[in-house]
Amino acid sequence: MAKRIDVSGLTAYYGSHKAIEDISMTVEPRSVTAFIGPSGCGKSTFLRTLNRMHEVTPGGRVEGKVLLDDEDLYGHGIDPVSVRREVGMVFQRPNPFPTMSIFDNVAAGLRLNGNFKKSELQDIVEKSLKGANLWNEVKDRLNKPGSGLSGGQQQRLCIARAIAVEPKVLLMDEPCSALDPISTLAIEDLIGELKERFTIVIVTHNMQQAARVSDRTAFFNLAAVGQPGKLIEIDDTERIFSNPSVQATEDYISGRFG
Amino acid sequence: MDISTKKSQNTDEAPPPAAPPTQAEQKRAARGATRPGDRIFLGLSRGSGILLLVIMAAIAVFLTYRATLAISKDEANFLTAFEWNTNLIPPKFGIAVLAFGTVVSSIIAMAIAVPIAVAIALFLTHYAPRRLSGPIAYVIDLLAAVPSIVYGLWGALILVPQMDGLFGWLNNYLGWTGIFSWDEGAPRSMLTVGVLLAIMILPIITNVSREVFRQVPQTHEEAALALGATRWEVVRMAVLPFGRSGVISASMLGLGRALGETMAVATVLSPDFDIHASLLNPGGGTFAQNIASKFNEATEFGRDALIASGLVLFVITLLVNGAARAIIARRKEYSGANA
Repeated sequence: MAKRIDVSGLTAYYGSHKAIEDISMTVEPRSVTAFIGPSGCGKSTFLRTLNRMHEVTPGGRVEGKVLLDDEDLYGHGIDPVSVRREVGMVFQRPNPFPTMSIFDNVAAGLRLNGNFKKSELQDIVEKSLKGANLWNEVKDRLNKPGSGLSGGQQQRLCIARAIAVEPKVLLMDEPCSALDPISTLAIEDLIGELKERFTIVIVTHNMQQAARVSDRTAFFNLAAVGQPGKLIEIDDTERIFSNPSVQATEDYISGRFG
Repeated sequence: MDISTKKSQNTDEAPPPAAPPTQAEQKRAARGATRPGDRIFLGLSRGSGILLLVIMAAIAVFLTYRATLAISKDEANFLTAFEWNTNLIPPKFGIAVLAFGTVVSSIIAMAIAVPIAVAIALFLTHYAPRRLSGPIAYVIDLLAAVPSIVYGLWGALILVPQMDGLFGWLNNYLGWTGIFSWDEGAPRSMLTVGVLLAIMILPIITNVSREVFRQVPQTHEEAALALGATRWEVVRMAVLPFGRSGVISASMLGLGRALGETMAVATVLSPDFDIHASLLNPGGGTFAQNIASKFNEATEFGRDALIASGLVLFVITLLVNGAARAIIARRKEYSGANA
């Protein structure tokens, strides 16, 4: 179910500006990989190339290869829409559909993907909400709007919505940066459970968070403002935070810059 | 009793404790010091608000007063009579035909204009390349600026002759319904008026809808995209629901214009005082058109009668606006404004 991501020689542009350059890495299935690095280093841009969301931005363009198991996401004749059904995404700010109920939010992706019977939908919605540790809090008000929930609940609703379609990979773009510490803890616990079923990639500004939730950590950096961001190193999280092989990583982690 | 309290006050040696500030005083204090500019601005804005209410009240009083003068002498049923004979003794007139014509022509206009306007707005905000959407939006703004008499002349000279083909086709295929039967008269009918009104209200509905669709938060569209939605599915999941109440408001602005449109209708329509089942045969009338056509030659009493019909149009417009507000408010908790 979960799939391996194999990136080679990936470069992304905004118009003529090169945002990230020549990134190669492998992400193992059923693992959590964290991207860390200073603002503007291109880690979010890189994340968005993994489900072809980058090219939605006007001027967004990508070169290189992203293999999901053996299939090149940027291959000839690959439909970005079908890529995004395989690679789910959770955003920085919780963004449930404000006009939909909690139930409809979770069912939104399923309804796009095909015809489900009402009972099937109910089962999957319940399973997804349970998977996102939200079921007990919302089971009595599934028909209420999702925008009535707290920020942390909304973000778990968004996670439930993303996992309802059973993606192979789950991308998370700073999923806790708009949340309080207790909600953050709830999401981090959830990430630990979700990695049993999905390949997870998470961008975070919070290095303790990277250390807590991830198996592998990738450090991104850029030489100067206006220069493209690059992958400095990727290694086991333990090693990155104790004994990184590149000096810049150690400087960043110990707070000497960035 | 009186004396004793006075006495006790006099003998009280401690100074009276300062009264705690009342709520009003606290509120005033919270606003901070006021300078002349504050007072002048407060006066101006409050005065403008009051002026608006006074004008509205004056119009309502004027309409009601003159209308009562006319209606009290009406020998026919004012709401249901199919005639407008204010010069008869006793006078007989009723607004049934005008109400029917006004509502029907506006419904036709809305049925044509709203879907097209929403489609144009979606195209401009979500499909057209930016280089194209600017000029198109500009042209639509220009359309809104064309005076209604010009639309009327264009309608009478260009649109009416062109309607023959459409009317013939409708008569051939849908004539059996009765609504689209046609006796080959000049196509100066309710359908032509509706088409013309649709063109006239298209710009305002398009412009307001465009603004609403432009404000759909990027995060909602990305949420749909990330679920694997196609562009149309993004529009359906994120854009249309968010813009729903805005589109309703936009439509109400257009409907207001269609209900009250005068010159264009008067120029195109060939009126009579009857209700026709067919939208294709000439005849019928609207409130505004009827007032414009008859006002100059009307007697004092005839004018009062026309004012009475204007009052009914006023009430219909109020009802429509109220209904629209109710629709918007009904699902407020689901509106995009909570996001």
